[in-house]
Amino acid sequence: MRKIATGNKAVAEAVKQARPDVVAAYPITPQSEIVETIAEYIATGKLESQFIPVESEHSSMAACIGASIAGARTFTATSSHGLAYMHEMTNWAAGARLPVVMVNVNRALAPGWNIWAEHSDAIQERDTGWLQVFVSTVQEAYDTTLMAFRIAEHTDVLLPVMVNLDGFTLSHIMQPLDTVEPGDFIPPVHTPHPVDPAHPGGYGTITGPADQFRFRYEMERSMQQAKAVIGETEQEFARRFGRAYGAAEEYRAGDADVVVVALGTLGKEAEVAVDILRNEGIKAGSVRPRWFRPFPDLDLAGKEVVVIDRDYSFGFGGVLAHAIRSKNLTKVYSVIAGLGGQEVTYDDIAEFVRHRRIGEEFWFGVNDRV
Amino acid sequence: MYEIRIHSRGGQGGVTAARLLATAALHDGKFATACPFYGAERRGAPVVSFVRIDDRPIKVYSQIHEPDLVVVLDASVMDVVDVLHGLKTGGRVFINSAHPREFAGFAAHHADLTGIALKENLVVSGSPILNTPVIGALAKLGIISPGSATSAIREMFADERNVRAAEAAYREMIV
Repeated sequence: MRKIATGNKAVAEAVKQARPDVVAAYPITPQSEIVETIAEYIATGKLESQFIPVESEHSSMAACIGASIAGARTFTATSSHGLAYMHEMTNWAAGARLPVVMVNVNRALAPGWNIWAEHSDAIQERDTGWLQVFVSTVQEAYDTTLMAFRIAEHTDVLLPVMVNLDGFTLSHIMQPLDTVEPGDFIPPVHTPHPVDPAHPGGYGTITGPADQFRFRYEMERSMQQAKAVIGETEQEFARRFGRAYGAAEEYRAGDADVVVVALGTLGKEAEVAVDILRNEGIKAGSVRPRWFRPFPDLDLAGKEVVVIDRDYSFGFGGVLAHAIRSKNLTKVYSVIAGLGGQEVTYDDIAEFVRHRRIGEEFWFGVNDRV
Repeated sequence: MYEIRIHSRGGQGGVTAARLLATAALHDGKFATACPFYGAERRGAPVVSFVRIDDRPIKVYSQIHEPDLVVVLDASVMDVVDVLHGLKTGGRVFINSAHPREFAGFAAHHADLTGIALKENLVVSGSPILNTPVIGALAKLGIISPGSATSAIREMFADERNVRAAEAAYREMIV
């Protein structure tokens, strides 16, 4: 059925259909609509699940961890400071190999007090062992949330998944949404070692120097295996429901001389800039990495690359630009734009490409030249 | 792509009007997006919402800087906001007003949405509801079909007074 929905409502709808056993969450702008809607589904009997209201995000992740250890399917949503407050527990969820699914509505961290889109919150969780995916439309937010449960709970993965959508820009925009009947697309959750009072066991006991690295190595092995699981899940989703996205979405990139690389809604709006540039005779294209962890293999050989980062690593540079440089052994024009919800139009993106200076960094709105 | 900017005050239903408009466009078989601009506004402050309608999927997220149509739900915002800012050459203005209003260089249309809402007793917390009658007025301008205007309103509201208000606006507006 096709309707008009916000990104937040689309996520809530997907979560309802994924039937988590436990949802534990704390409200925070601009995510609140997700957990409010899910709480209403549970209160009105549209979703049979246990909603655990908590006093903080640290506790919401802790509750998801406990429930997941017991073998439950779990979900939470957060943003910005909420995610930062969770940080100790996000490490624990990944290290304990618990397939928690979380939607993070990307928002800047204070100060200044800012509720608008920025990717720094998710990027600060980059190295915790969570799979991270950035979506760009209401439909993609819905589809990816459904897929996230299947991917996280797959025996070759068993790692938590974080679905990221841009605060307000995507969480609050209303776009067409086609919902599906998932049926058995998401099989029942089976974790390998659920708590069983009949067979008591230890969880999270001390692990010495002789063993800890083995657990870390296994996490990375699963992260690499996740690439195939993501591919299979996408294929199955496409077979059943007719939509697929890929690890990265390319637009007119095949024969392009210059490509724009950006995450989320900026990566989607870049496609409009590509059309404008092509009309001017500039062979432009765009590549929008959907998955950030595991990071996809991108074919950028022989192309000039303009990377837009909606994040920054102080004392180093744009984090996506760094990833592209190191993975593809290429120089890029690194544009820092869209921080704290800064307005970036397709015309601005076209300007970045026209005036690219490969090897340099440019802060949109700060530097006096484009 | 057809781009609409809606000016209202927080709490007057500008966001819901945008949503209804997008839903009606969807019922017409088109693609549409609606987004409020979220700033630090609160109830009563001037606010804007954006609607884009196209025959193809819409990939634009940034604000509308050059609208084809400006909708003014509350004329008093014109004291503090330049509602014509960026309006395209040949663009149109619709204003909620009992009397014709002049906008130099632009075609202007009006309907007394407030009067229509009061006549149907569509009042919430002392404020007349403008978001459903405006959909009827915009159907008269040909932005959406009258049938889709009605079906979009029914999809969101069970109270038939909303449909009657939209129909009244459609009837009373002179194009």
